[in-house]
Amino acid sequence: MTRPLIFEISRPGRCAASLPALDVPPADLPEELVRRDVSLPEVGELDLIRHYTRLSQLNHGVDVGFYPLGSCTMKYNPKINEQMARLPGFARLHPYQDEETVQGALFLMYHLQEFLAEIGGFAAVSLQPAAGAHGELTGVLMMRAYHLARGDERRDVILVPDSAHGTNPATTTMSGLRVIEIPSDARGNVDLAALEAACREHGDCLVGMMLTNPNTLGLFDEHVEEITALVHEHGGLMYGDGANMNALLGIARPGDLGFDVLHYNLHMTFSTPHGGGGPGSGPVGASERLADFLPAPIVDVDPERSSDEGEFYTFVDPPKSIGRVKAFYGHFGVLVRAYVYTRMLGAGGLRRVAEHAVLNANYLKERLKATYPLPYDRTCMHEFVLAGPPEDVQEAGVHTMDVAKRLMDYGFHPPTVYFPLIVPEALMIEPTETESLEVLDGFVEALLRIAEEARADPDLLHTAPHDAPLQRLDEVHAAKNLILRWEPE
Amino acid sequence: MPYIPHSDRDRGTMLAAIGIRSIEELFEDVPEHVRFPELNLPTALSEIDVRWELETLAGANLTTAECPCFLGAGAYHHFVPSVVDAVLSRGEFYTAYTPYQPEISQGTLQAIFEYQTMICALTGMEVSNASHYDGATATAEAVITAINVHRLKRRKVALSPFVHPEYRAVVRTYTQGMGLTIAGDEGGGAAELTGLLDEETACLIVQYPDFLGRIEDLGALAAAAHAAGALLVVVADPIALGLLKPPGEFGADIVVGEGQGLGAGLNFGGPYLGFFAARQKYARKIAGRIVGQTVDAAGERGFVLTLSTREQHIRRERATSNICSNQGLVLLAAAVYMAALGKCGMRQVAELCYHKSHYAQRRIGEIDGFTVVDDEPFFKEFMVHCPRPVEEINRYLLEEWDIVGGYDLGRDYPHLQDHMLLCVTEMNSREEIDALVEALEEVTS
Repeated sequence: MTRPLIFEISRPGRCAASLPALDVPPADLPEELVRRDVSLPEVGELDLIRHYTRLSQLNHGVDVGFYPLGSCTMKYNPKINEQMARLPGFARLHPYQDEETVQGALFLMYHLQEFLAEIGGFAAVSLQPAAGAHGELTGVLMMRAYHLARGDERRDVILVPDSAHGTNPATTTMSGLRVIEIPSDARGNVDLAALEAACREHGDCLVGMMLTNPNTLGLFDEHVEEITALVHEHGGLMYGDGANMNALLGIARPGDLGFDVLHYNLHMTFSTPHGGGGPGSGPVGASERLADFLPAPIVDVDPERSSDEGEFYTFVDPPKSIGRVKAFYGHFGVLVRAYVYTRMLGAGGLRRVAEHAVLNANYLKERLKATYPLPYDRTCMHEFVLAGPPEDVQEAGVHTMDVAKRLMDYGFHPPTVYFPLIVPEALMIEPTETESLEVLDGFVEALLRIAEEARADPDLLHTAPHDAPLQRLDEVHAAKNLILRWEPE
Repeated sequence: MPYIPHSDRDRGTMLAAIGIRSIEELFEDVPEHVRFPELNLPTALSEIDVRWELETLAGANLTTAECPCFLGAGAYHHFVPSVVDAVLSRGEFYTAYTPYQPEISQGTLQAIFEYQTMICALTGMEVSNASHYDGATATAEAVITAINVHRLKRRKVALSPFVHPEYRAVVRTYTQGMGLTIAGDEGGGAAELTGLLDEETACLIVQYPDFLGRIEDLGALAAAAHAAGALLVVVADPIALGLLKPPGEFGADIVVGEGQGLGAGLNFGGPYLGFFAARQKYARKIAGRIVGQTVDAAGERGFVLTLSTREQHIRRERATSNICSNQGLVLLAAAVYMAALGKCGMRQVAELCYHKSHYAQRRIGEIDGFTVVDDEPFFKEFMVHCPRPVEEINRYLLEEWDIVGGYDLGRDYPHLQDHMLLCVTEMNSREEIDALVEALEEVTS
């Protein structure tokens, strides 16, 4: 199968768009302003559609098959969400229109803020952050601003567990703060003794701690309330990385557990699509003491313009806001999808989401743990981490990457691999609640067969995938011989 | 139960395999006093009811589908060809994750590689990443790149007052912990800005065309920045680049901007597309995902994410940025848009914007009481000095004419009270422009 680039099917004089003729007299166009040419492709409309249709067929997506990518919550993306986000009444609004003309949009945003605050146990929510990492930056800057507003200028340390997503330490640096890493204990929790020692050592300069709970091992930290209490005792604040909120919907509210600020990933927990890498949406919830620091603007009711006929919604800037974190108000199109999802599920439906996500994960864990080593043998939440293929297989030179590539031949997307860093050969599996028992059983059967194949014919795994659009790709070659754009020969 | 396929029988099988009797038992690690809160949320709706509710909410908004719109200021009413949504609606694209497993993600990866190539062509640059959240955050990331290029030794940023006000605000928010000096945007313009350039300055940031729509001479600014050893960062409108000389030709070091005009629609402000392009020598300094070409085990051409040692999942606290999710699907829209319009179409859209906005500017300048500046080149936006407050005029346009008027520049620039920024694109017909002119004539009569 050949896969030409769009530039390689380009022929001079073709165009896939029809534009109106100029209906006004042309203006003077100074030649010195004008570029010579722009080397974009020239293709007809049918050729264009076939090109992208073929490309799409080279992709695995949730609509194609099981996608148990740990930490990414690849659940079904409901089709009603897509339709509602495309309603012209939402899709064709200019962000600077008069507030009076966009009351439907502001109603939706205000109520989504309220839903998220209720689900997370927070006083207020900003919908502005564009993705999880963007929410982290927002939250950490808010924590920093909180201390500065109290005249407490020494604080520059953020505690981050060694199991954390890479975005946590990267966010800390971007915020101009220092990372102190906290180890995990034998049960996969934050090591309390180490945390206490770090709090004592850095107490005076502690901004706070970033904690993912359930953590990236898929485990609910058994000491979470002790952790939040300890950090608070030393004057720090608790940041919650909400990447794993799918396990907590209607199960526990981070605000009730002592978190001061948390980001939600609407593109994970609230069913909005990942889009091949984005757009995400990372609203941030804040406790009473951090609410005033939320990014501007947020939506509120304007009592003066409200009446018996209805509330009037307006943008307001929180009094001590860290400022804006992006232009305009957030990923509105994503917010519409998350709103639809929350309205369709209600409180009971959200709790059932978490329950079945956790049920599916524990079912897979129990069926696999006799064959694939399970480093932390506890009840897991929505995901769990295996320590690679069976030991004898690893000794024979078959690794997690080989298992991952071989899974493609069975029609599955591999789990997250080699993360978290504290588990060697990690295979991080998150089935989500939207997968049926038959799919889970099929996945288990595939992994069990792959373990047998690894013993019988290790090369079969080393050279996998065999049935994917391409064989294994050389990433080292790409980094050494940088080709980052197409150039004509 | 929506989206959950389990029957009672399935649940029974699974609980038995786990060795427990109820799902509740799975949550015993959660402190009991906070476990299973009663969430106060409105009752769940069926798909029929949710559709009705959303259609009602959407119907409560006035849209650019219903009335002429002359509002721009960073979000533009441009034509989105139907092929764009046809491609975006394919589940294989929109339900995929970041292409970390390249063998089964070639569709996304090749589309990004093609996008990178087209962004480079449009901007006149050599490398492009796979996007930032929007034009504002791409600008902030460009500042961080410039600081890193100078190995943190230069900590001053010269920022034009005519970069989008919200982008300037985001630059300040992003860098508030970095100890930078951001200067220039309280002042008057180019001359003042170049006067700030010194051996402390990491970069000079200007917008092209600027926030008021004007086309500045980037060549002089590039020379001034480079003479001081600073980088020139240009925030560009990609639609304008279909016609105007690309920033790369003037010597820009980094070109960023808002890619919303490239097929993303207005969407009340997002999701949009931050594009980011740079000189080849900065390839290892820039943030975000980058796709590179490689070969598979059989020697066939393929594409992978590359240079990932810059990124947070590998480099952690030493990463170039914390960015993870980007604007994948919006980037795809931009790629399809640029491929659909192509060489001729991009030029044609830009020319339509140029000529129609000039027609509108000339006609409005002829109305008593309205003045325009007619000796500076502009692209699709222009400033009008109005005889009455902009808010009043906009209210009149909306209530009497069903026209969405321009942007009130007094919001951001105290010296520009009563100045309106109007935007005219290929979406505005001559009839719409003539109606706007007639409406504005009524305002003064």
